[in-house]
Amino acid sequence: MAMKTSEEKFTDRVDKGIHDSFMRSAVSSAQERFQSRRLLAAQELGNWEDWRSHGEEIRQHVLENLDYYLYELSDNVAKRGGHVYFAQTAEEATSYIQNVVEKKKAKKIVKSKSMVTEEIDLNAGLEKMGCEVIETDLGEYILQVDDHDPPSHIVVPALHKNKEQIRDVFKKNQGYTKTEKPEELALHARQKLRHEYLTADIGITGCNFAIAETGSITLVTNEGNADLVAALPKTQITVMGMERLVPTFEEMEVLVSLLTRSAVGQKLTSYITTLTGPREEGDVDGPEEFHLVIVDNGRSDILGGEFQSILQCIRCAACVNACPVYRQVGGHSYGSIYSGPVGAVLSPLLGGYDDYKELPYASTLCGACTEACPVKIPLHELLHKHRQVIVEKEGRAPISEKILMKAFGLGASSPALYSIGSKMASPAMSLITQGNKISKGPGPLKTWTESREFPAPNKYRFRDWFNNRSKGEEQ
Amino acid sequence: MNGVIQNREAFLGKIAHRLERERKTNIKRPEWNYQPQDAVLKNATQEELVEVLKEQCKNIHTDFVLTNSANLPHSLKEVVNGFGGGSVVTWKDERFAQYGLSQLMNEDWPQEGVDLHVWNHTKKEENIEKASHANVGITISDITLAESGTVVLFSSKDKGRTVSFLPATSIIIVPKSSIVPRMTQAARIIREKVKSGELVASCINFITGPSNSADIEMILVIGVHGPIKATYIVVDDI
Repeated sequence: MAMKTSEEKFTDRVDKGIHDSFMRSAVSSAQERFQSRRLLAAQELGNWEDWRSHGEEIRQHVLENLDYYLYELSDNVAKRGGHVYFAQTAEEATSYIQNVVEKKKAKKIVKSKSMVTEEIDLNAGLEKMGCEVIETDLGEYILQVDDHDPPSHIVVPALHKNKEQIRDVFKKNQGYTKTEKPEELALHARQKLRHEYLTADIGITGCNFAIAETGSITLVTNEGNADLVAALPKTQITVMGMERLVPTFEEMEVLVSLLTRSAVGQKLTSYITTLTGPREEGDVDGPEEFHLVIVDNGRSDILGGEFQSILQCIRCAACVNACPVYRQVGGHSYGSIYSGPVGAVLSPLLGGYDDYKELPYASTLCGACTEACPVKIPLHELLHKHRQVIVEKEGRAPISEKILMKAFGLGASSPALYSIGSKMASPAMSLITQGNKISKGPGPLKTWTESREFPAPNKYRFRDWFNNRSKGEEQ
Repeated sequence: MNGVIQNREAFLGKIAHRLERERKTNIKRPEWNYQPQDAVLKNATQEELVEVLKEQCKNIHTDFVLTNSANLPHSLKEVVNGFGGGSVVTWKDERFAQYGLSQLMNEDWPQEGVDLHVWNHTKKEENIEKASHANVGITISDITLAESGTVVLFSSKDKGRTVSFLPATSIIIVPKSSIVPRMTQAARIIREKVKSGELVASCINFITGPSNSADIEMILVIGVHGPIKATYIVVDDI
């Protein structure tokens, strides 16, 4: 699947999301659980703000010196006998990997979860060659068995499906005969996939963080699938976005701690693995051949510009889990593999405004994402910047006031709902607020506020709102 | 033999160009402004770390057994029986003998019909075959992280990485002396080795309990692709 997940119009996608009641309740309960676990995991440390600041300084330092660290990384991978390919474009990355596949005469490929391989549409490129490509992350496996249904969440890709639907997918496509119990569904996948790991010719993984000093890659999972993908096939190919690296094991450790706490509220996930080069002499498991493919695909165009800080992202999805708009419209509405606030910032940068110009408007600019981000990316400010760029380019916002309110899912249908939504707004709004009215709205609000004023949101912290709302209190 | 690096110069040149400067060829690792990781379990005694580990095991669905060297064979035998016995795979690791496990492994188990396979790199694929059908995999923690309940395993030709992934259940022996506050200390230990010129192990596993997933309706399932159950046996070696 490429980055773009739908040919439908943004408004149609949103409409579908808003009317998918299972998805909406799944998303809201997932958000609540993720949020409370994340907050608890942060609270446990006592000095979470220092952790965030440390995460931020590490990521910024790496981006400022990216050429240096990528040089060091590639040198150290090569010293350990691994091959490194620098790919400027998605096509270059895919064709390098196709070459390796061809040389190895590979027929079966197992993969662990990797957003960047989705971004470059690698699976299609490999399937075109006649390869069988098998996703091994449970959520991604389910989506793949269901005729490549797109993911709706960065961390929980099949969040939009209920267990009965998953049972039916397995039944229809794999002759599954057991019940919809998650244990039985997972066992089915375990048994199917065990065989695949042991018989695959090539394993393809993503990379959470590469470590420049040692030429290592780090994989973070709970299922253990990435470890089997990397340990059993004779050839391993790891694909990484060029910004996903750290200087040494010490910084890796900090970012992994931030990632697992922010993504799933765990101190560490079950499996954090650092892999360095191919197997060593005498080793029985681990790949005989290791390839690292470092992908630019539009990232260098973000460097040095006003959106550079989005490259700090460690793909934890804390912003997705905090976003009130995501909560209403679900992941598929974004039309990109990158959903939620990070998706709304990143998708237009990597995929262009033509396809993604509405996404920066899929936000209330409430700042909950910025507050949740473990590496302090000013997400809502970046969304606002996008709107400015779009309005400058197009002379007007790409989406009407009515549709925007609908996209909020918090607005048009009920003034009470809007008032809840707007209470989440943050200091970002203060820039455009006079008294208690908004008179110069950003982006889409501009058309509205040309003819009338918008009630200004009260200052009210998202977290308070969220907690109160979870407790069912009236606002 | 060194690997091949392709397209590097143009790629890095573009990055430097975007950052509006020359290529950087030498930078010093900065002094960070923040170091919050040092505050975690600062000044905790080894006894306190054991307690933290024990508590954390409850969160990670892992059984915790505390024993001493004299009782380790008995404890290990019990845990293996608890998992249903059958076939066992272990690393080839001299620490098993140091911990007094030779008799259990070489005499008792064969007599009792426990099929033990000790990782042997000269037997190549047979190791994988054995591990993938084994009921229990036994390894020894090289560094143990109290805060998260994590064992750290360094691979080598005698310490196959799949011993802790392929068998249905996993037992990890945790020397009490290996317990440190958190991942910070492990990262520093590894870094010291690197700085002294040692090659970092081709695979380092930081393992925290059995494999699990919440990909279906956010409902936790223990045991997905890796082991379904895990037990840590902490042995007082101090």
